[in-house]
Amino acid sequence: MTDISPQGEKRERHLCEECAQKEGITPNPQGAVNLSQMLTAFIGGGKVTAQQIAELRCSKCKLTFVEFRNSGLLGCPCDYDAFEKALVPLIERAHQGANQHVGKFPRKQEKPRTAESDLIRLRRALVRAVDNEQYEEAARIRDRIQKIESA
Amino acid sequence: MITDQLAKSAGQWLATPGPLSEIVISSRIRLARNVAGYPFLSRASDDQRRELADRLRVHLDARATNGQWEYLDLDQVDDLDRQMLVERHLISRQLVDAKGTRGVAIATDESTSVMVNEEDHLRIQVLRTGLQLDEIWHQINSIDDRIEDHIEYAFHSRYGYLTACPTNVGTGIRVSVMLHLPALKLTGEIERVFRAAKDMHLAVRGLYGEGTEATGDLFQISNQVTLGRSEEEIVNEFKSLVIPRIIDYENLARQCLVKERPLQLDDRVWRSYGILKNARTISSEETMLHLSHLRMGVHLNRIKDIELRTLNELFLVTQPAHLQKIHGERLTGEQRSSARADIIRAKLSGR
Ligand SMILES: [Zn+2]
Repeated sequence: MTDISPQGEKRERHLCEECAQKEGITPNPQGAVNLSQMLTAFIGGGKVTAQQIAELRCSKCKLTFVEFRNSGLLGCPCDYDAFEKALVPLIERAHQGANQHVGKFPRKQEKPRTAESDLIRLRRALVRAVDNEQYEEAARIRDRIQKIESA
Repeated sequence: MITDQLAKSAGQWLATPGPLSEIVISSRIRLARNVAGYPFLSRASDDQRRELADRLRVHLDARATNGQWEYLDLDQVDDLDRQMLVERHLISRQLVDAKGTRGVAIATDESTSVMVNEEDHLRIQVLRTGLQLDEIWHQINSIDDRIEDHIEYAFHSRYGYLTACPTNVGTGIRVSVMLHLPALKLTGEIERVFRAAKDMHLAVRGLYGEGTEATGDLFQISNQVTLGRSEEEIVNEFKSLVIPRIIDYENLARQCLVKERPLQLDDRVWRSYGILKNARTISSEETMLHLSHLRMGVHLNRIKDIELRTLNELFLVTQPAHLQKIHGERLTGEQRSSARADIIRAKLSGR
């Protein structure tokens, strides 16, 4: 696998299957994200205690985090806030570290277009471009980031 | 009913092979959406499911469309018709297997379907032949807008469109492209494509999506990351990077076969042609395999008297539910094998 440091350096790392699992990278040959493996890896990571997780429950639909863990399905939209602590690391793992929506907004809702949200999006695009060896594209994105940062 | 009409034709969308169709069978985009104010389906009561289906049906019927639609209540559709809709990629296996009130709105040109009460309240999908992702995104985005004018979606300023499974959250978008990669399979290079796809956080699956084996050298490539990137970025990466690379790779492998192993290539293609033209009984699996080789032979000009369109149609109508619909009755496995061989012989001899 390839890592990108915050300075934009590329670092190759070779992982055995066991380490890969620890890193939360599933050895599933088809490349599909395996939710239960992710959860196991996450809970094993000890960021939130098992006790804290066991106590999480949505006040609206009454789903517990443990029930979610078993089914992989949330009970209602409020769960994203009710389980936030436990859910965010999971979401980040499934989405290459992302935890902020930058796509379409409902037309009735004002889309927050702040420099900050542009930067989040561009930095991620930069990492991807480097990953895909699109260096010209990466240079263009880097220029845009610098322009926003200096503004 | 729309299912009777579907069984008789290969569908308008299949009639004209799209851009790059020698390798790209079809492109599809799906959006997952949920209605605000309701629980997700795993916690929804029977009454809530019914209420959701009724509301969504009214909006789909009345407003969100400019073409013609038909709404099917899946409980009212018999097994064979449901199976045919799966073979047609208009609904998912999961929608068939789900319990309770659920349905699908299908545009009569088959380009669009909207599943109601699958894993999420709404799964909108647009499908076209060949590589046409920009067109599809444009179309599905406007369908989504029109539904959104009347239905408030569950949306979170940080996490975007909220979905029952957090792996779909954010854009809720799944871009999938179905590719025909016989040469990469024959040369054993396909594993490298899989590894590269995995590095880019893409999923590679078989013909019917999640958990299915690739048959007939058909592979479906789709994105897994739905958060932290815009819909356009995801679509663009497929259109300009992922798919062109795989197409180049497959073409290279095909040219390599032509140059370095022409005898083995022709032997394989013509044997497959011979079997399909002469078999009296044939399984679905064997059909897929030989159709795949034949399709490659047609593209490489080794066989000149068959059109891609005929082969695309055969991929579709030789599937079990299609065969039985065309026959107008249920068939045993043995009867299907014989009916399948009959259809193939007839189509290949231009009848
Ligand atoms: Zn809840």
